[in-house]
Amino acid sequence: MQIFDKGKIYNFMGIRWVMFAISATLFFGSIALLFTKGLNYGIDFAGGTLIQVKYHDKDAPIDLIRDKFASNEILKNASITEFGSASEITIRYTTTSDSLGNNPGAFVADMLKDSGEFEIRRVDVVGPKIGSELREKGIMAVIVSLVLILIYIGVRFEWRFALAAIFSEIHDVVIVLGAISLLSIDVNLDTLAAILTVLGYSLNDTIIIFDRIRERVKESKFIELFGVINESVSLTLSRTLMTSVTTLLAVITLFFYGGDMIHGFSIIMIIGILIGTISSVFIAAPMLSWFRFSVEEYRALMVAKELRKKEKEKIRAMYEKGRL
Amino acid sequence: MMRSRITYRLIVFILAFAFGILFSMPSFTDSQNGKKVSLGLDLQGGLYMLLSVQTESAIISKIKTIASAIKYDTDKNDILVDRLKADENGINISLLDGDDAKRLDEILTKISGVEVQKDGLNYRVLLTPQEKIDTSKYAVDQAVETIRNRLDQFGLAEPTVIKQGEDKILVELPGIKSAADEQRAMDLIAKSAHLQLMAVDEKRQDIAQTMNEDEAAAYGDLLLSDAKNPRYKYLVNEIPILDGSMLVDARVAFDNQTNMPIINFTLNAQGAAKFGDFTGANVGKRLAIVLDNRVYSAPSINERIGGGSGQISGGFSIEEARDIAIALRSGALIAPVNLEEKRSIGPSLGQQSIDQSMVALSLGAVLVLLFMVLVYGLAGVLANIALVVNILLLIAVMALFGATLTLPGMAGILLTIGMAVDANVIINERIRELLKEGHNIHTCIQKGYQNAMSAIVDSNLTTLITSAALYAYGTGPVKGFAVTMSIGIIASMLTAILGTHGMFEFLSRKIERGSSVLWFGYRIKRG
Repeated sequence: MQIFDKGKIYNFMGIRWVMFAISATLFFGSIALLFTKGLNYGIDFAGGTLIQVKYHDKDAPIDLIRDKFASNEILKNASITEFGSASEITIRYTTTSDSLGNNPGAFVADMLKDSGEFEIRRVDVVGPKIGSELREKGIMAVIVSLVLILIYIGVRFEWRFALAAIFSEIHDVVIVLGAISLLSIDVNLDTLAAILTVLGYSLNDTIIIFDRIRERVKESKFIELFGVINESVSLTLSRTLMTSVTTLLAVITLFFYGGDMIHGFSIIMIIGILIGTISSVFIAAPMLSWFRFSVEEYRALMVAKELRKKEKEKIRAMYEKGRL
Repeated sequence: MMRSRITYRLIVFILAFAFGILFSMPSFTDSQNGKKVSLGLDLQGGLYMLLSVQTESAIISKIKTIASAIKYDTDKNDILVDRLKADENGINISLLDGDDAKRLDEILTKISGVEVQKDGLNYRVLLTPQEKIDTSKYAVDQAVETIRNRLDQFGLAEPTVIKQGEDKILVELPGIKSAADEQRAMDLIAKSAHLQLMAVDEKRQDIAQTMNEDEAAAYGDLLLSDAKNPRYKYLVNEIPILDGSMLVDARVAFDNQTNMPIINFTLNAQGAAKFGDFTGANVGKRLAIVLDNRVYSAPSINERIGGGSGQISGGFSIEEARDIAIALRSGALIAPVNLEEKRSIGPSLGQQSIDQSMVALSLGAVLVLLFMVLVYGLAGVLANIALVVNILLLIAVMALFGATLTLPGMAGILLTIGMAVDANVIINERIRELLKEGHNIHTCIQKGYQNAMSAIVDSNLTTLITSAALYAYGTGPVKGFAVTMSIGIIASMLTAILGTHGMFEFLSRKIERGSSVLWFGYRIKRG
């Protein structure tokens, strides 16, 4: 099966302003959302208590449970929501107790004891200190990986490539965070793992296109950048789509069959893969020109590099001959 | 003319295949032989706790222990001390008689890890900064050891107790099923089991009920509640006669008269000597037996007690007495622990998570495998063989290194499946390009791998970098996710690059003869 005509070069850069406008809207829209609606920190980061209760053979009596909680001084602000199916609920509140003696699972079980037959399936308690520690570590994880990537690409390619890649990563992370805010997905450790995976995925995409650009700069018949980019993106298009499709196939199955615990994770991955693929083409690549990347200059640089290498080999050869 | 060639690539791949099958099999079968992938608590159910050790308390208690040693030595040497008082920063000593100064100096120089400031007859004994660090560190290490001992004796399957960071302890208890079990395990962990034998301040005990803590402190005393009747207060000398660190054994026994469970304890030689000296010198006075700052009993001393054994009675239930004895035996926690994070997952939820992720995993894998064959024909089949070996290797390596498979880890495997084919997609696309340019198939394969290599290496290394960041800053399940991702990527370098190349080389003659439509899903213009 062949999806695209291999020989054809599509004019991606021709629509870069349209795509850029869409991107900018999403990007600044996301920032606005983050400042107004904000993120919904799960208990991993905010600290608090989460209890998951499953009722056997019947729907959870949410109203009854809400009434019971409302009459308790400490628990009256608890949020009680359906989880996955009508028979399962999660109860969440922000208070925790430092003492080991306190057992919220048993407490809630006792409180609900005449509400039907149920099972406490999960009790998570995260102290506020750990919550903020986890949050700091999460932010550090994102920053550290961005810096390391910046260094790696800077060394393996060139500083303009590194900057373009990082800007496109930041673009992706912000939009994914915007989506998380819009869809009110809880930000917890799984979500963080998903964001970092998106980062890695989008970077993969960018690097594969950059690798092609680096190669085409040397060999292409085009001498201006957008021509080289169009050619490189067209050549990698089949790969980009193939990999997006296989990864999406995996993540979409995870979304439908992976269970509720992994729902947030898979939604973020789906959005991230789409955004990451688009940004590699329409953000990362044209950004090279903004940083005044010039094909001719780069070619000259590569030629000089090649010459130096040859010179070295020549000297070495002479040296070795001299010794013989 | 090309022939089937067995290259080093193929051999390495076959070895990897054999390795993968050999070491991943135990994880798929029920047999007990061989190492299996261990399931995280989110998949098998259980209790996860993160505790922090209050190291400041360890420092205070260290100061008190030193104070108690100084008091013992000054009493023994007949040094007249006007005042000996410990606070959270150090110990103040005032001498009554300047002639004793030299002998006190001698006692103090023998104590390690302290600085002594002198001002006439007033002494101030402080811990050195290094000693404070050592004490904190020791408190955490000791807490890990103690909690591990206690949980071992509690009889749970495979408890995990490990130190995390500077002052935290991670406890994992798989197989905790009921809330009651959970409560007992938590009580056992939290119990400081700090046994102290303290002298009752007989002069002022009568007015203890109306006294407040500040007043008590002014006399160098502490106010402690009775264990059974918290309203009743005992006024005891702040500096204990001895504490649980000198305890060697604690057993449950039954009181002859009441038939109630009691706990018999035995002290080591040093403790026995101190106990004997004290009881000998204080006949007729009361001795408070204090456990975790509550007075369990305060019997009058009838005679000198040698041999170093005593008992705690206090209306315990048998279970309670047993847990206290376990806690005493395995040692006191020098510093109390705080619960920072607790997650408990019921066994049914764990099973449900496994079932659901298994369905997602197999379905996802089947879709990806089908898609590869659809697009790349027989080359897709080779990529799929490499993918299967990749997954086997992933499981084998996880089992061998004792890595834990968590729910996000399962997602990581599925993602690896989606992304591992990427290397083969890149390679196959390169081969197609070259085929289109009309090169012969052998050249196409060799050059295809060459051209694809830099992109694959760069993209895999950056993914490894993000995984490393995730591992370094992640906790629990996120770490598990990073581990599976990293192993998956490294394994895919072996299978998707070396493995498929080796297979292509081996089959090159067949490829040359066969139609390239079948092989790469790409039609070559002939002629």
